Amino acid sequence: MKKTAIILLVCVVCAIALLQFLPAVGDAEGKISAPIWPACVLLGVAAMFSVQGVASLDGQRYGERFVALLTAALFGLWLVYFWQVLVMAFDVPRVILPAPSLIAQSLADNVSKLWGDFAQTVLKSVLIGWTLGCALGFAVAVAIDRLPFLQRGLLPIASLTSAIPLVGVAPIAVMWFGFEWPSKAAVVVLMTFFPMLVSTLAGLKAAGKLELELMHSYAANYWQTMLALRLPAALPFMFGALKVNATLALIGAIVAEYFGSPTRGIGFRISTEAGKMNMPLVWGSIVVAAVTGSLAYALLVQLERRAAFWHPSIRGK
Amino acid sequence: MGIMAEPALRSSLPQRLAHNGLPIAVVLAFVLAFWYAGAWAMNAPGAIERVLNRFEPAGAWTAMDLFKATMQMERPLLPAPHQVAMDVWSSLMDWPVDSPRNLLFHAFVTAQSTLAGFVMGTALGLVLSVLIVHSRTLDRALLPWIVASQTVPVLAIAPIVLIILGSLGFSGIAPKATIAMYLCFFPVTVAMVQGLRSPQVIETEMMHTYAASKWQALWFLRLPAALPFLFPALRVGVAAGLVGAMVAELPTGAEAGLGARLLTGSYYGNTVQIWSALAMSALLGLVLTAAVALVERLVLRSRGGV
Repeated sequence: MKKTAIILLVCVVCAIALLQFLPAVGDAEGKISAPIWPACVLLGVAAMFSVQGVASLDGQRYGERFVALLTAALFGLWLVYFWQVLVMAFDVPRVILPAPSLIAQSLADNVSKLWGDFAQTVLKSVLIGWTLGCALGFAVAVAIDRLPFLQRGLLPIASLTSAIPLVGVAPIAVMWFGFEWPSKAAVVVLMTFFPMLVSTLAGLKAAGKLELELMHSYAANYWQTMLALRLPAALPFMFGALKVNATLALIGAIVAEYFGSPTRGIGFRISTEAGKMNMPLVWGSIVVAAVTGSLAYALLVQLERRAAFWHPSIRGK
Repeated sequence: MGIMAEPALRSSLPQRLAHNGLPIAVVLAFVLAFWYAGAWAMNAPGAIERVLNRFEPAGAWTAMDLFKATMQMERPLLPAPHQVAMDVWSSLMDWPVDSPRNLLFHAFVTAQSTLAGFVMGTALGLVLSVLIVHSRTLDRALLPWIVASQTVPVLAIAPIVLIILGSLGFSGIAPKATIAMYLCFFPVTVAMVQGLRSPQVIETEMMHTYAASKWQALWFLRLPAALPFLFPALRVGVAAGLVGAMVAELPTGAEAGLGARLLTGSYYGNTVQIWSALAMSALLGLVLTAAVALVERLVLRSRGGV
């Protein structure tokens, strides 16, 4: 613990010192003076040690999840730091790779623009499409639960759709539903429907024989068994689909914006700003999309912990 | 388990066909009927306006005329299934394979970048998973970022990959393959981390008593144990790679490939072209997944497995 703290402290001091030293280096017409290389390599080695030190902290004492989170966060921070240092040291053109500071700057400068994009793409297309698609997949799965004939017919076809690039319907959706959000939501509905259907059907089969027989001995009817046993048993499967669908929904909505959109939206922003070679804002939009996706994922994981707290895969943690 | 074992008992082919084939056929027939009905309903206003009003006395057409007109429009809102099938068929048969009017040519271009990305992604996934399994530091530092990387939408990184690789002098297949790789490596990494950790304690301890090195334990125990995890991930990966390759063709301004075909179709409002490109990409996806499944079966059989 003490050793790790010391390494970390030394690293931070050196890192700040290097950052102070850099602008002076960059001024020399893009020529890098000698000490930069060894300094970077040394700091890199030190950074590796610091990550290793944090990773081997006593999980029993500080909590496994806290240590894991700290390690990942430190690693990410170092990555961003070296990105910044190397871009500054080598004077990389901002068109190719903008420095993180530039990206942060453009994020701060375009807050209202990016908020409009976020509202258009995420709050309208993705959220509505994802909710509808997942609800529809769930409803159909429950509806055909008592129809084995339909299940045998639908399941192979629904499973096959995972091999098909469904996102290709985007131009058709734009043609049918126009440039506004309904066309994007339609693509998202189609993309999220099948994973939810397949997972829910699999989940409804997950209840154990022993438990089913117990319900039978209680003289529970179909819906009682469904609500008290089979749906809860299906929860882990359904959450798996919900998580996969969150990413799929973002991809679908952004791709659909490529085939026509109003003058806002994350996909629209990325394609137009890339066309203008305004790369810091492109990266800024990507940050927005990535943070949205990660937050949605984290939120669903938390929700799963609450809803399926009894499941062995969660109980252990 | 009772549900799982049931189909295996009905081993005779006719019985199995009746058990699974009939329901699938019925569902497919329903889809087809629904499609035709949809084509009729959606194309009717356009057909009346553009085709039937040319009749000499206005309104002198029957319902049959209307139905015929909706089934063979030039630019229908929803092409009828046979129109799509005929378009695919004629593009395959009437043009040489190297002509840009042949869909096989576009499928080949897309398959090329998909497969290149698939190979790179699988290799990257394998290397990452081996590293992660052997290092606690990497497990904690890298794995969360690998999960986070998949929340970045592909189309978002496509222009950036294109510009960075372009400035390094790579163009053509490399950017598309890189984007396909970005989608491919994730399922492989996650499944292989799980698979390489699947050997039981007793087995790893036996390797230890043999004084096996880490590499020997990896080669003789962990990798074989991970194979059943690897192949499902590869099937997911190749399908994801196809999505990546097609999406990558949009901003790269590609002239060939199924994604490019979709884009030009949507530019010119050529709906039949969009649908036939879509049908071809579905076909390509199924072929690629089936190819991986075939390799899976061969490998597992040669290992004396299933």
